Amino acid sequence: MRIGIDTDVCIGAGQCALTAPGVFTQDDDGFSALLPGREDGAGDPLVREAARVCPVQAITLDD
Amino acid sequence: MEIGKTDPFACEVYMTGSKTSVTTDHSATDTGSVDFPQDRSCPYHPPTAYQPLRDERPLARVRLYDGRTVWMVTGLAEARALLADSRLSTDRENEAFPLPTARFAGVTRRRVALLGVDDPEHATQRRMLIPSFTLKRTASLRPQIQETVDRLLDRMVAQGPSVDLVTAFALPVPSMVICALLGVPYEDHEFFEGQSRKLLRGPEPADIEAARDALEDYFVKLIDRKQKEPGDGLLDELIEQRLNEGALDRQELVDFATILLVAGHETTANMISLGTFTLLQHPEQLAELRSDAALMPAAVEELLRFLSIADGMLRVALEDIEIGGRTIRADEGVVFSTSVINRDSASYDEPDRIDWHRSTRHHVAFGFGIHQCLGQNLARAEMEIALRSLFDRLPGLRLAVPAAAIPFKPGDTIQGMLELPVTW
Repeated sequence: MRIGIDTDVCIGAGQCALTAPGVFTQDDDGFSALLPGREDGAGDPLVREAARVCPVQAITLDD
Repeated sequence: MEIGKTDPFACEVYMTGSKTSVTTDHSATDTGSVDFPQDRSCPYHPPTAYQPLRDERPLARVRLYDGRTVWMVTGLAEARALLADSRLSTDRENEAFPLPTARFAGVTRRRVALLGVDDPEHATQRRMLIPSFTLKRTASLRPQIQETVDRLLDRMVAQGPSVDLVTAFALPVPSMVICALLGVPYEDHEFFEGQSRKLLRGPEPADIEAARDALEDYFVKLIDRKQKEPGDGLLDELIEQRLNEGALDRQELVDFATILLVAGHETTANMISLGTFTLLQHPEQLAELRSDAALMPAAVEELLRFLSIADGMLRVALEDIEIGGRTIRADEGVVFSTSVINRDSASYDEPDRIDWHRSTRHHVAFGFGIHQCLGQNLARAEMEIALRSLFDRLPGLRLAVPAAAIPFKPGDTIQGMLELPVTW
């Protein structure tokens, strides 16, 4: 899976990192980021949920 | 109609003496004959008078105090779509922006930082603040929040065994936390808590403007002082990194400080007071929560959904928007009653029941879209620590007076308890 994060759109709500903490984190500016080694989602079923909870739809998933 | 027999969300406590009349004519919702906002009949349920609106998904019409008819979004999926739609504006300076009560109509300076500003200006403002509200940053504040909560509980126990939980605990917890985060001296709390109350509740337009002036004067002086003697709060960081660099002007910084301080304590204080009241009224769910501490994060989420204290978000349409088979026309007003939206039966089974095990993830208690609450992760941490510690420390906590005798806030402001007399 390819996970795209649009940091121009991201508002740093942290919902992705709260929902799927095994894949998403927040960088020092507060923007959504992928954890090292988890760029492909690591098969985590919560990734889809994380994309859905994003309040600004900044996360795109490409299977 | 006897409330409680026919109304699915009739409160167990407030079965009699509903503050509002109930409209049963469903065609009324299309013409907007239901008034918005209305007082809750029970502090933790949507106003009884909204029942016909709940049956009218995903959009209904309601009437504001000035006779204007606006859309009320009632469906969760549609609310999420609309709150994320840039064709809906939150600019309070727009003439067509809907006003929920007369007291806001008399306020001449309606500009509000962050929540009253659209993109791209909003994004510029928000980006300066998000590093201070990340999950990591919030997690690092947990020990300090715990210490604050413990200290307040010590004081309460020494003062007890009967206190008003609002003044002894629910308000000082978030007030102390936001002061520490911003770098505002907590010893000034009586001043800014009083001004915040006036800013949100008036009662007169002049009170709102006076409160805003007083808070602005306060922050102008505080910023001056901080420029001479820097501290280590968020305001100090913004002074050093933004104000002194010219990326932010003084008025903007004052606007930020005002909104962060007000939003940072009023909302969470209400969640703690109303959350405690609700748990005491639901002994089974409280017992379950006490038997399994790991349930607390899910319980906070369910309480956010169930209580929906910011029960009236407002927008104005900038263009025509097609949604749910209806057309919201440009310049029409749109209200989001979160208590109705978060109990959409299309999204939640038995939405009027508290259930720690349901998936609550998609509620809009913190809003949705670009304005979703900046401090939501801090608020979650405060609620978790405050509620867990309160019930751990005082296992015998109970109401000191009959539930129906306890006053709560009117419908046109953030929902919560005005007082909460408890004993243990």
